[in-house]
Amino acid sequence: MKAEGVIGLEVHVQLLTKEKLFCTCPTDFGAGANTRVCPVCLGLPGSLPVLNPEAVTVALRAALALGCTVNNISRFDRKHYFYPDLPKGYQITQHQHPLAQGGRVDTPFGSVDLDRLHLEEDAGKLMHTGESTLIDFNRSGLPLVEIVTGPCLTSASQARAFLESLRQVLLYANISDCRMEEGSLRCDANISLRGGGRTEIKNLNSFKAVERSLEFEIARQSRMLAQGETVPVQTLRWDETQARTVPMRPKEMALDYRYLLEPDLLPLVIDAEIVDRAREDLPELPRPRAARFIKEYGLSPQNAAVLTLTREMADCFEQVVAAGAAPRPAANLLQGEVSRLINQGGKQSLPSPHSLAELLALQEQGSISVTAAKEVLAQMFASGQSADSILSRNSLSQLSDRHALENLAQAVIANNPNPVADYLGGKKQAFGYLMGLAMKESGGRANPGLLKEIMVQLLTKQPINK
Amino acid sequence: MIKFGLMSLRRMAELLQSGKLMARELTEHYLDRSESLQGKFNAYITITRDRALKTADQVDELRRQGRELSTLAGIPMALKDNISTQGVATTCASKVLAGYIPPFDATAVKKLADSPLLGKANMDEFAMGSSSLTSAFGPVGNPWDRKRSPGGSSGGSAAVVAAGCAPFSLGSDTGGSIRQPAAFCGVTGFKPSFGRVSRKGLLPLASSLDQIGPIARSVEDCALVLQAICGHDPGDSTSARLPVPDFAAALREDVSDLAIGLPEEILDNCPDSRISAAVEAAARELEGAGAKISRVSMPYERETLAAYMLIATAEGASNLARYDGVAYGCRHTSPSWEEMYTGSRVFGEEVRRRLMLGTFSLSAGSGCSSYELGQRARQKISSHLAKLFAEVDLLLLPAAPFVAFRLDEELDPLTMYYNDIYAIPANLAGLPAMSVPCGEKGGLPVGMQMMAPRFREDLLLRAGYTWQRRTDWHLRCPREVEQ
Repeated sequence: MKAEGVIGLEVHVQLLTKEKLFCTCPTDFGAGANTRVCPVCLGLPGSLPVLNPEAVTVALRAALALGCTVNNISRFDRKHYFYPDLPKGYQITQHQHPLAQGGRVDTPFGSVDLDRLHLEEDAGKLMHTGESTLIDFNRSGLPLVEIVTGPCLTSASQARAFLESLRQVLLYANISDCRMEEGSLRCDANISLRGGGRTEIKNLNSFKAVERSLEFEIARQSRMLAQGETVPVQTLRWDETQARTVPMRPKEMALDYRYLLEPDLLPLVIDAEIVDRAREDLPELPRPRAARFIKEYGLSPQNAAVLTLTREMADCFEQVVAAGAAPRPAANLLQGEVSRLINQGGKQSLPSPHSLAELLALQEQGSISVTAAKEVLAQMFASGQSADSILSRNSLSQLSDRHALENLAQAVIANNPNPVADYLGGKKQAFGYLMGLAMKESGGRANPGLLKEIMVQLLTKQPINK
Repeated sequence: MIKFGLMSLRRMAELLQSGKLMARELTEHYLDRSESLQGKFNAYITITRDRALKTADQVDELRRQGRELSTLAGIPMALKDNISTQGVATTCASKVLAGYIPPFDATAVKKLADSPLLGKANMDEFAMGSSSLTSAFGPVGNPWDRKRSPGGSSGGSAAVVAAGCAPFSLGSDTGGSIRQPAAFCGVTGFKPSFGRVSRKGLLPLASSLDQIGPIARSVEDCALVLQAICGHDPGDSTSARLPVPDFAAALREDVSDLAIGLPEEILDNCPDSRISAAVEAAARELEGAGAKISRVSMPYERETLAAYMLIATAEGASNLARYDGVAYGCRHTSPSWEEMYTGSRVFGEEVRRRLMLGTFSLSAGSGCSSYELGQRARQKISSHLAKLFAEVDLLLLPAAPFVAFRLDEELDPLTMYYNDIYAIPANLAGLPAMSVPCGEKGGLPVGMQMMAPRFREDLLLRAGYTWQRRTDWHLRCPREVEQ
């Protein structure tokens, strides 16, 4: 039997703000080392933190999007530890009185309860060169929320699914760009098995790392327990190349953070009016939106779920429908070809909802075949041009010219006496074969309805050779 | 030749405004005096002649152009060396900050931008002390007797005023650090309410207790400096969003409608009866001026000191955590981070003692930290004081239990901490308080303290000014530095 873990996650999410949490330094990623710093985020003596109201607004949005209860009064604390990337010798966080408590994330396997959500500042970044270690403080003071789950996940795949659902909500509500590779979404995982000690895996920076490290820990711990060993309480890190967890700071658990109510900041007071306003600003979230799609557009639950995966896709769907397209074909187009082209990536621009609606209309009218529509869509992605202009430049519009189709069909019949004889002899399947040949001959452009009509007409005129 | 020694700031301002006196002349006088007496009292860590003269010349030039300038424009000042000055070393009297030059001015310094900076005054290392003996730059001598301490931690700031080396100075007060040295040096020291003056740029000792304030010859001078430095600063979240009253107007009112309370336990238990007698005499004098005097009770001497030490050391240890050897002090090169951290620390003995105390105070151990106990005691003391101020307008008590002690006295740490026993309640409760000279003992100044409800600096100014118009203690000068 596969061992069940008790897993809790601490997720650090960088908030989308223009400025840092306690100073006015910009938050853009990728600037030259130590060019986004000031006395406050460098922790210079005598500098004082001033809370960025924009960060509070975004954090509040996160709390509401996740269904947390917002505390009327929350406070900031200093969390002390020594590490070279921590310029003040403490991190300003919210320990005793967090911004929000409770909440849940709906996932495909059920709802995951959250313990709390609080604001805190990020630390700098160490850069290890050959013989020395350098520090980049650009990241120091970036606004984060830490989201802590209850110990309610039981497997690595659940942990991953939870993170994906969380990420979906955070992206939806414009809370974070959730780019794990840039560090704007990071995760620590706590894991224990029944009867064993708890280990913490720090700084997991991809979904894959979360899943694999937890799988590894569950296997490692259950092996130890099975052999009668005790699992020590430990802080670990995930070694990607060796694909195993490695002890990090053995004394970590003995660390005393000496929390101190931050005397340089006032309590953060959030009254009901502010909460109400933030709630009004909240966009429709994926779950309720999918439900509405089912009800309003008659989509299948499967369709609705896929279309609401990202806010961009769901918005696009509704705009395509608003531009006149029928919901189901629009859903199929977005879910099928459009998603495929998006996933192919590259420097492509998503066609405007209006031009997608136009494409669907052309297909509906029969002026363009399904195959041709795919080709047109690909070119729309690549060039950003409308369906009409692509069609007029290329020979992709459907062939509906009766005379041309008659010539084409006549040739196919003349060149394939045997299948024709089969058809006339009663083998109806031979008709499909002949249609296919004719279609191929037209380069896929033949209007299928008209071609079929002509084929039937011509074949009935054929003499029957016994 | 004008004699500046006892001249009021208002008189200097008038002379400067009328063009009878140039800022350069005034500044040079104080610079010369500061430099010539530096060897005697060691009151400065840095003297900033060039910067002072540059400011003075700018002020003179602007005046020549007929520009309207602030009242204090052209009147030079000294700053305690824990107040950030852009481009000028700010050491906190510690080796740890050797080589640190702030890239910005403290808000209080910005507000006094037209006052030539004479220099950065010596102090106890990181303001941890009541003697100015813990400075890494050597002890400060008291201008009344240079073999004695000027008090601390703003000892240099008080000594430069007493010695006539600066018309006024700024100090900082976390637990008496402005008032006790003012008392020891026979000058007037004013600690504003917590939140009255921006702490931005003040190198913190205990953030919830610290406050910048003026030290000057008189209450009237302090009122002028307060007018300049008080006010809300968006850069300090704890600074009060309150309008600053007209302090000069407060000086014009007398004390006839004021009720003044004398804390009887403090006066009865004061270890120096000359000090309590001087305070009692002052009470009678103020009674003569129309004030209503009554006895009140402040029965928490022991708790006061304990709460203060737990809170101040805890916040201090937190504030000093950044001096971990990574960015400050001389870097100890070592293969391991742990050794780099421990090896790079060059704190003095008293700072190390308080870091140990503070770290312990914040440690949770089992249950509640000592810091939290301290905060609870602080709450009780604050609410008791609030109740007292429902009965009286002001409290009158000694500024310190001793007069200036000898530099070689080697007080044990607890006796040393006891220096601030009367000053601390104002810090714990965030109240404004002021120390003014009120007597002498064996040729050494005695100071009395007045305390008012939060943001009622005006009441202190009224009573203090009334007192100084009826007495001349604040006009006495040490013989050693005859001006």
